[in-house]
Amino acid sequence: MKQYITRRVGYCLLSLFLLSVTIFFFVRVTGDPATLLVEPGASEADIAAIHHQFGLDKPLWVQYGIFLASLAHGDLGQSFYYRTPVMELYLSRLPNSLYLAAVAMALSLLIGIPSGVLASVRVGHFWDNFGKMFTLLGLSLPSFWVGLVLILVFSVYLGWLPSSGAGTPLHLIMPAFALGWYFAAAHMRLTRSSMLEVLGSEYVKLARLKGLPQSLVIAKHAFKNALIPVLTLAGINLVIMVNVAIVVEVVFAWPGIGRLLYEGITFRDFPVVQGVVLMGGTMIVIVNMVIDILYAVIDPRIRLGS
Amino acid sequence: MTITSPVETTVPSGYFPFSSRFDFVRLSDFPLIPVLILSTIALVAIFANVLAPHNPEIGSLTARFKPPFWQAGGSTKYLLGTDQLGRDVLSRLIFGARVSMVVGFTAVIFAGAVGTTLGIISGYLGGWVDQVIMRLTDTWLALPALTFAIFLAAIVGPSMWNIVLIFGITYWTRYARVTRGEVLSLKEREFVRLAIVAGCSKFTIMLRHILPNILNTAIVLGSLELGVVIIAEATLSFLGIGVPPPQPAWGLMLADGKQSLMVGRWWLSVLPGCCIMLMVLSANILGDWLRVKLDPQLRQL
Amino acid sequence: MKTGPLLEIENLSTHYVSARGARVVRAVDQVSLRINAGETLGIVGESGSGKSTLALTILRVLPPAAGIVGGRMLFEGEDLLLKSDEEMRHVRGKRIAMILQDPMASLNPLFTIGDQVAEPMRVHEGTPRATAWNRARELLKSVRIPSPETRVTQYPHEMSGGMRQRIVGAIGIACEPRLLIADEPTTSLDLTIQAQYLNLLRELQRAHGLALIFITHNLGIVAKMCDQLAVMYAGRVVESGPVSHIFNAPVHPYTEALLNSIPRMSDSAQRLTAIEGQPPDLAALPPGCAFAPRCVKAFDRCRVEAPPELALGERRTARCWLATSDPPLTPLPVEVTPHPCPLPACGERDGPA
Repeated sequence: MKQYITRRVGYCLLSLFLLSVTIFFFVRVTGDPATLLVEPGASEADIAAIHHQFGLDKPLWVQYGIFLASLAHGDLGQSFYYRTPVMELYLSRLPNSLYLAAVAMALSLLIGIPSGVLASVRVGHFWDNFGKMFTLLGLSLPSFWVGLVLILVFSVYLGWLPSSGAGTPLHLIMPAFALGWYFAAAHMRLTRSSMLEVLGSEYVKLARLKGLPQSLVIAKHAFKNALIPVLTLAGINLVIMVNVAIVVEVVFAWPGIGRLLYEGITFRDFPVVQGVVLMGGTMIVIVNMVIDILYAVIDPRIRLGS
Repeated sequence: MTITSPVETTVPSGYFPFSSRFDFVRLSDFPLIPVLILSTIALVAIFANVLAPHNPEIGSLTARFKPPFWQAGGSTKYLLGTDQLGRDVLSRLIFGARVSMVVGFTAVIFAGAVGTTLGIISGYLGGWVDQVIMRLTDTWLALPALTFAIFLAAIVGPSMWNIVLIFGITYWTRYARVTRGEVLSLKEREFVRLAIVAGCSKFTIMLRHILPNILNTAIVLGSLELGVVIIAEATLSFLGIGVPPPQPAWGLMLADGKQSLMVGRWWLSVLPGCCIMLMVLSANILGDWLRVKLDPQLRQL
Repeated sequence: MKTGPLLEIENLSTHYVSARGARVVRAVDQVSLRINAGETLGIVGESGSGKSTLALTILRVLPPAAGIVGGRMLFEGEDLLLKSDEEMRHVRGKRIAMILQDPMASLNPLFTIGDQVAEPMRVHEGTPRATAWNRARELLKSVRIPSPETRVTQYPHEMSGGMRQRIVGAIGIACEPRLLIADEPTTSLDLTIQAQYLNLLRELQRAHGLALIFITHNLGIVAKMCDQLAVMYAGRVVESGPVSHIFNAPVHPYTEALLNSIPRMSDSAQRLTAIEGQPPDLAALPPGCAFAPRCVKAFDRCRVEAPPELALGERRTARCWLATSDPPLTPLPVEVTPHPCPLPACGERDGPA
């Protein structure tokens, strides 16, 4: 198991390295980075100062070194618009995004898993067909459109829910639903196929042959095994949720990091854009690694070394 | 004791009289509506110039915020209403189809080409080439695709071909992974061995023997990715970093419409959203059908 | 002691119907069998002969595409086909148990050995957890698992293949069933372990008074383990009876060919004898006897009319026209199409004589 963990950590570091290189590369390759790193409307002198500050006249690998060094210190630069360090901005907004993602994830699992199980047990019948339709709709409707429609119905026509901002649980309902909708469908689909696969396995067959009641076969033998890939996906999806929440946050004016990225783009505040993307990528990589390791802890096959 | 009678077997009906590959295509299964929808959108996109009643980019300021013709205040001149600059929504929707179609298909083909090539090379050559490409794929997969696309779009600036390029760079990984798996099993098959024995170069084998067999998988993957790309394009447009105005894109229309939503001007947001939904839904249904028909092994995808 | 057979199957048929009824596969076709208490019945056949489907039919654990279309199954006098699903559930594991072929796949990887062995007792007999686990330890001991105390808390992947198969056996006898069905239990075991396992099965049989249905394609095992034998082909029982009778004087050509194909050291022949042709497509069986296309003794009638099951004596049947007094003793000159011998370096055009 130790070997497994060290390998996962190694991949993680490799990914982080690649992430930094990629970001670095793309910024440099698309023209003079000074135009991005400098505020819009700056003077010649400012541009020259930027050149000096970031060492843009030095060889590429030195630049990268400077870049990495500042990253290691957690220095993501300073926002033009807010005039505060990007890292500070990011950390202040992150909890909001995490909160939203957590609720959305809970929703998606609460809806997705039971309906997936039901669909797998009643293949071909009502629940399965309903599930198939739900999956299709869930995966085809973009989250921002779902959000807009929700606002239309619940804010404009019915006036029940607030359409923007954060603060009360009421503010949370629609964004969480809009965000979780797609993932509910994805989780439902995976639960269903995972359950079907497990239900066709030899050990489930033996469980039936042992004379166990169908409810026990499904609940004990099938479910736990089928849940493994679903939970793995859910863990990965959580971080993805935080990242793709940008559109939902924009629609509902939710003060999270997605909104921050949007502001960065709109105000041409490049350090913010770069910072959010870097942090987003880093989070995904680290969380993936943690999930892989947790997987090892939970699944006895890996834990005890197969 | 009974004497058994000859076993009856019935011949299935409704088969196309095609070559063996399409023998199993049954008329009843074919997703007619999605294909019709996609074809309609494609035709609309191609003949936009002819079909659109008004110029999508120039509006009449005296005709702002007109609702669709079936609501009070609407007129048949602007069938689906107008937006904040007085531009005809229907025309903008029609031209927006062009963007979605072009970006969607080109990006999918581009990403598919890159990913499939890497997959074939990686799978067939094996060894350290395989390791390197696979590590690259894994790490690339770990990066958030949408965020990355947003990042790139923010840097290079908005334009249609930039977007296509960006999607190509972001979405190739799935192709590479799956193709590599296929190639690994194909490698062991007889016809590859025969080709090697016959003295074909590695490149020839990859191109003429392996590639045609991979195409099925690539097509299925492509159809599944189409929906993803269309939504991604709409997202980028929505955020303002997609195809730049005044060229109409459905995502952009959604963004514009958001502001007017609170005052009840629903048609500016809901209609473009419906178009996106129809297109993605059709692509997904078609993709599912293709997946089941062309390659049963991929059913778990 | 109950008189009468433990399990009596009469004209049982199970068909698989593919989607929309296009293909009907007669997996089990008019099968009749009998097994008495404490006996061992061997069921032998190629892959696709219907042996496993028969086993699943007895316990009524068939996939949704399959349906039992006729017959009777009398177990201790009760017709299993008339039982409701809930009643059947009480039969499974408790009165009739089954062992599957692949021990690794049969055990749930996420639960401990103890949990899985104790489970049938807790479900069928309501045994409290502690007692059930104690019983589990004893059961593991009786199937010769070393140090059962530690094993009971371990997981399936920590055991060797042979041990896993014994554990599956322990699960099978946990509730002291009257009948145990073993579907190719030794096929995935190493040869060295096979003999040990077979001995274990025999011991368990004697100790618990178990009747055993042993499904296999290996006639050697049949010789060692079984009292009665049923040979299946294309879903039908083509020959049945006491093992010694059949081995000494097989009636059906298929049985004969099976026996001939066992290589013996004493054989002076240079080549292995094989049975010509391919197993039949169960959805498109020829009219007449299913074995006729591959049968060296086939004649006209065989291709036209499928033979019924003919009784040849006490518990001895054969489904072959050769068993009647009707057919001419030599095949008519309607040709058996000669097949080129598939083995290389073989000049003869006919297969084995």
